[in-house]
Amino acid sequence: MSDHEYTPSSKFGKWFNDRLPLLTLANHLTDYPTPKNLNYWWTFGGILTFCLITQIVTGLVLAMHYIAHADMAFSSVEHIMRDVNYGWLLRYVHANGASMFFLAVYIHIFRSLFYGSYKSPREIIWILGIIIYLLMMAAAFMGYVLPWGQMSFWGATVITNLFSAIPLVGESITTWLWGGYSVDNPTLTRFFTLHYLIPFLILGLVVLHIWALHVPGNNNPVGIDIKKPSKDTVPFHPYIVIKDAFALLMFCIVFALFVFYQPNILGHADNYIEADPLVTPAHIVPEWYLLPFYAILRSVPDKLMGVVAMLSAILILAALPWLDTSKVRSAVFRPLFRQFYWILVADVLILGYVGAMPAEGLYLLIARVATAYYFAHFLIILPVLGWKEKTTPLPLSITEPVLGGSPNLAAARSDEKIENIIK
Amino acid sequence: MSDHKDEKKTNRRDFLFTATAAAGAVGVGAAVWPLVDQMNPDASVKALASTEVDVSSMQPGQSLTVLWRGKPVFIKRRTNDEIKKARSVDINDLKHPEKDEDRAKNPEWLVMLGICTHLGCVPLTDKGDYDGWFCPCHGSHYDTSGRIRKGPAPTNMEIPKYEFVNTNTIKIG
Repeated sequence: MSDHEYTPSSKFGKWFNDRLPLLTLANHLTDYPTPKNLNYWWTFGGILTFCLITQIVTGLVLAMHYIAHADMAFSSVEHIMRDVNYGWLLRYVHANGASMFFLAVYIHIFRSLFYGSYKSPREIIWILGIIIYLLMMAAAFMGYVLPWGQMSFWGATVITNLFSAIPLVGESITTWLWGGYSVDNPTLTRFFTLHYLIPFLILGLVVLHIWALHVPGNNNPVGIDIKKPSKDTVPFHPYIVIKDAFALLMFCIVFALFVFYQPNILGHADNYIEADPLVTPAHIVPEWYLLPFYAILRSVPDKLMGVVAMLSAILILAALPWLDTSKVRSAVFRPLFRQFYWILVADVLILGYVGAMPAEGLYLLIARVATAYYFAHFLIILPVLGWKEKTTPLPLSITEPVLGGSPNLAAARSDEKIENIIK
Repeated sequence: MSDHKDEKKTNRRDFLFTATAAAGAVGVGAAVWPLVDQMNPDASVKALASTEVDVSSMQPGQSLTVLWRGKPVFIKRRTNDEIKKARSVDINDLKHPEKDEDRAKNPEWLVMLGICTHLGCVPLTDKGDYDGWFCPCHGSHYDTSGRIRKGPAPTNMEIPKYEFVNTNTIKIG
């Protein structure tokens, strides 16, 4: 929290604030000091908040028309598409909104990876983010089951069967999850309930995520701490608000392109066929945002180890603050890390591509190499880089590179001396 | 505490703490269990435990898929060639060693759960490298006895409890 005391100007405001300090909170949020060098990669936090609210609002109204029953779910979704006023729009916004949400979260995560935002003192923010990401995947998966199409049904079957890989209790856990001996009506109704619940859990975690962020403040592109708040920061409002708003507008253009011009391009045609427990579609693929993990699952020839590898691929991220041994946060000053970073980005994209392809021949080989590299990046490359890498010199302050880099170095330094003298 | 000797001894208060905590834990457990158990298969699901299938019209080589407990069951009337293939395999070559004689009591009829033991897809009949079943999801190949021969599935396709009620009717479950 900002250190200055806030007093509301009106008498009523003061009376209210003494009893519930909401105005102090609002003041903290508007005045919140933000590093002045934040670039557009920092606007995705705001965009993600927008995505969450969009999903909650559209989901709420869709739930007014949807029927969570194995016999009626499929036709109720068609009913939404054809009969309900603007139902087509609400459903397309909700379905594509999930993809947009993941697009934004991946950019947000890779922003953190590049600028070392997960490092001390921001480990808790990072871990809360990973939990939010896991919940997002659970919500997205269960949401995809609700239309009760072929992909819904078989996706649910494959994912719930992952639990059967657990030794000894696996079968009982799967039966418990299904509420029967296969994915059926009891599975659908509980998925609907959980799909409704999870966004609110995410909302709560987002509050904690932002709270934890406001303790140390934002990281920034040069990754060094704020030296002098007066020089290195700008207040959140209006500077960041307007920048976030502009980025959100650009993001909404992309969002609208999908919703209005290609609403089904990210889905699968098979999901417009009603669920049939006797016929498995020829090619089961999860949604695009889960493909890299699906590729990891399939690259391991053993059932249990495949599931373990897939889960580890996500959970290893939670250990990242301790696996990356380098004290320098930003990749801008880490020439070697920067190269490995882009190799990792390519590696994840390759995993995503082979995850969509059949698991055989060359694709399987590529998936195996890419999986091995993914783990090597976190378990070998990052810890070793921290020891071996020779980083380039860090600027003295956030302001220094803003003032034009090296020519002004002397100026910035003398400035500092003067300040010291004044002190 | 003023008296140091008393600290190490178990006193009445310790007993009360332990007893309260234990009773509390049992109470919480008893309250939570119904919330957990309600997700298990209910009475109506369990009631649909068996299915009877008329197989009088099936010719050798034909197969039938029926639904039992929401799961597909394959009923295959095997040809002599398919039986020979299934029985001539060296048991040591199998990932999950099971004799065909144990899987199909009546060699002509193979009754098994049509569920890939990998992640639960329905394999395709008369496909794959071993002319049995092939799972399109992640590429598991099964032989004419439904045994896993190649691919990620860990075990053979499961044989449910079934019996011939008469020569024309199979009761599954």
